[in-house]
Amino acid sequence: MRNTLFRFALLALVSVMLLTACGQATAVPTEAVVEPETTEPEVVEPEATEPPEAEEFVFGMLMVGPYNDHGWSQAHYDAGLYVEENLPGARMIYVDKVNPADRPGTTPAQLAEDLVAQGAQLVIFNSDDMKDSATEFAQANPDVYVIMASGDQVWADGNAYIPMDNMVNIMGRMEYGKMIAGCAAALTTQTGQIGYLGPLINDETRRLAASAYLGAEYCWTEYLGNDPADLVFKVTWIGFWFNIPGVTADPTQVADDFFNTGFDVVISGIDTTEALTEAVRLRDAGQEVWAIPYDYEGACEGADSVCLGVPYFNWGPAYLETIMAARDGTYASNFQWNAPDWADINNPDTSAVGFLSGPALGGEAAGLLDQFIAELAGGLNLWTGPINLQDGAPYLADGEVATDLQVWYLPQLLEGMEGQSVSE
Amino acid sequence: MAKNTAASRRRKTIWINVSFQSAAFVLALLLTTVMLLAVGAPPFQAYRSILVGAFGSVGDIFDTLIAWAPLLLTTMGVLITFSAGLWNIGIEGQVTLGAIFTTWILRLLQESGLPPWLIIVLGILAGIVGGALWASLAGVLKTFGGVNEIFGGLGLNFVATALTLWLIFGPWKRPGTGSMSGTLPFPEELWLPAIPGFRLSPWALVLSFIAVVVVYFLLRGTHFGLRLKAVGKNMRAAYLLGVPTWQHMLASFLLCGVFAGLAGALQVTAVYHRLIPSISSNYGFTGLLVAMLVNFHALWAVPVALFFAALNIGSVHLPIVLKLDSSLSGVLQGLLVLLVLMVEGARQRLMSRKIIPAEPASGEEVQS
Repeated sequence: MRNTLFRFALLALVSVMLLTACGQATAVPTEAVVEPETTEPEVVEPEATEPPEAEEFVFGMLMVGPYNDHGWSQAHYDAGLYVEENLPGARMIYVDKVNPADRPGTTPAQLAEDLVAQGAQLVIFNSDDMKDSATEFAQANPDVYVIMASGDQVWADGNAYIPMDNMVNIMGRMEYGKMIAGCAAALTTQTGQIGYLGPLINDETRRLAASAYLGAEYCWTEYLGNDPADLVFKVTWIGFWFNIPGVTADPTQVADDFFNTGFDVVISGIDTTEALTEAVRLRDAGQEVWAIPYDYEGACEGADSVCLGVPYFNWGPAYLETIMAARDGTYASNFQWNAPDWADINNPDTSAVGFLSGPALGGEAAGLLDQFIAELAGGLNLWTGPINLQDGAPYLADGEVATDLQVWYLPQLLEGMEGQSVSE
Repeated sequence: MAKNTAASRRRKTIWINVSFQSAAFVLALLLTTVMLLAVGAPPFQAYRSILVGAFGSVGDIFDTLIAWAPLLLTTMGVLITFSAGLWNIGIEGQVTLGAIFTTWILRLLQESGLPPWLIIVLGILAGIVGGALWASLAGVLKTFGGVNEIFGGLGLNFVATALTLWLIFGPWKRPGTGSMSGTLPFPEELWLPAIPGFRLSPWALVLSFIAVVVVYFLLRGTHFGLRLKAVGKNMRAAYLLGVPTWQHMLASFLLCGVFAGLAGALQVTAVYHRLIPSISSNYGFTGLLVAMLVNFHALWAVPVALFFAALNIGSVHLPIVLKLDSSLSGVLQGLLVLLVLMVEGARQRLMSRKIIPAEPASGEEVQS
């Protein structure tokens, strides 16, 4: 009998696990199915059958995660909607959850071809995962325009340059967003200890963590008059963009460790909101802690008591410009690394990167943060020497300003930062 | 006369089984339809969209076949362990290790001057060895360590994933930086040849079909298969009858690992042409689902795996054409497995009450 019960329990466990795997492979079915977007009558797309007012231009988008993830993918999806709103005749078709776990046996290049078969004249690849596929697709389909967000393939000066007439690389200069986040953290911390919840280690994540540190150090010393040696800035990498139980370090645990060892502000560099959630939990328990999420404009929602603000991407304007150029026949391959619009970094029509201050940012700190943003707008460049790499090797001599190449391909964290610089 | 009665009873049982399974399928379809209607989505357009996505063009059919081949392999693998009464959840890790070993050999030999076909063959063989070794670890944990294969397999899956990430972002990272795109793609001459103009490698299909034939005859026509089933049905009785039980359990793990490793090798040589973070593509888990549905029948795995592959590939069209979440295919797969298991339980209960003439689910194979 015990044996039967045990077998039954195992069978139940396995069934649940498999179904969960199924669900994972298809990501939160219940939530996804009840999403209002899926219930709207436009699923039959009447506008596609009606005579278009303007010449139709179909663009396709491949997103690495769910289109409604409140993070990286949704920022791109929203940008697609922005293009639809602002470019008469533009119509977006998309495939989300484009990754081998969710779409077994498929490659982004293959899915891009599906989009083209459905009429897409331009395809957006939105993730570093898709870099090879984007290249493969662009080379195999020279008549289809390609946007590879976050890539550097067509950067003539870059390390991975491959000339492709039909590709544009677009990336926002999030370094500024991270500097502002670092400044907000430094202006708020009571203990002088800031934690950075990092994803995996690569050029992009290294330079973003370093940017947060530069912003924090500047505001800590210049605005608060503190000794830089008193600022502790520690980076802990979890190993991936989100939690994979048993594989990555648990971001909840990492955030918790930060908060319980004297770090009272945690800046998140990962795609999910564990730092914010953990900060809310501890704040509710009476602990004075704060957090700064990442990626998506609306990330602070529901965490008013702890959220100092969020640096976010605004892909809409660059997508609009490129898609418009493709439609008008003025498209030209180029690499874009777009800065914020310093006149108003939160202008949805002009700024590639923004920072929305959170409700938990104190009044005095908010004033100083505005001052910092104004300084950046005025030309303050924190990537100016003397700066050493983490191992003490000189990175920038006194007064030397880093080139884009030096920033993009930052080889290590910076001196003064704690944490691992390279994967070992 | 007695022979005729037995044959007629057997036919009747087969029909009853088919009826129950069909009922489960129809019920799963009905429930999915109700779910779609509840959220205001057009069910027939959705099903049509999946069908067109999977079989609408030659390219779509080939894409479905690309997903079908490794799924068949993992299904064949778990059918062997199922026969021995083992839940080889660790098959995901075994696929992954197959891919890692293949990548390792291709990296090692790509500049060796050896002919590319030889490097590919050696890479695939290495993948088979990698999968088998990883499976044997789960087997050893089970047979000598007393660790339940489910928990051992789960743990090994985590280790395999962590190992993949470490390799991609560590020792095997691209020049200058680690990338989620995986390791640097191999040169085209190290890709398993594909049908011109398409991505489908006929070699992957051939190897998968060979696997089906091998497993079919292994389970139906060999003493080894018969003993494996004896171990699976009643290990103690098998032991008392002289079947070396732990050896058979370990052998079933090893064989499963061979097919899983081959699937991993094909993922590298025929599909992605490099090592990527999720190289197993969940084919191990999906293979378990298929195996549960086909109830030891290797040949039935062919259409059922094709159905699952078609769902995966076809569902891509749901967001493109209907702006529907492609989770629908997962819902349908999950419901199908759940309902087939439930219906099978109901059938057995009915049989035990003698309402229906009793016969073991896999009895016909055991007899053969």
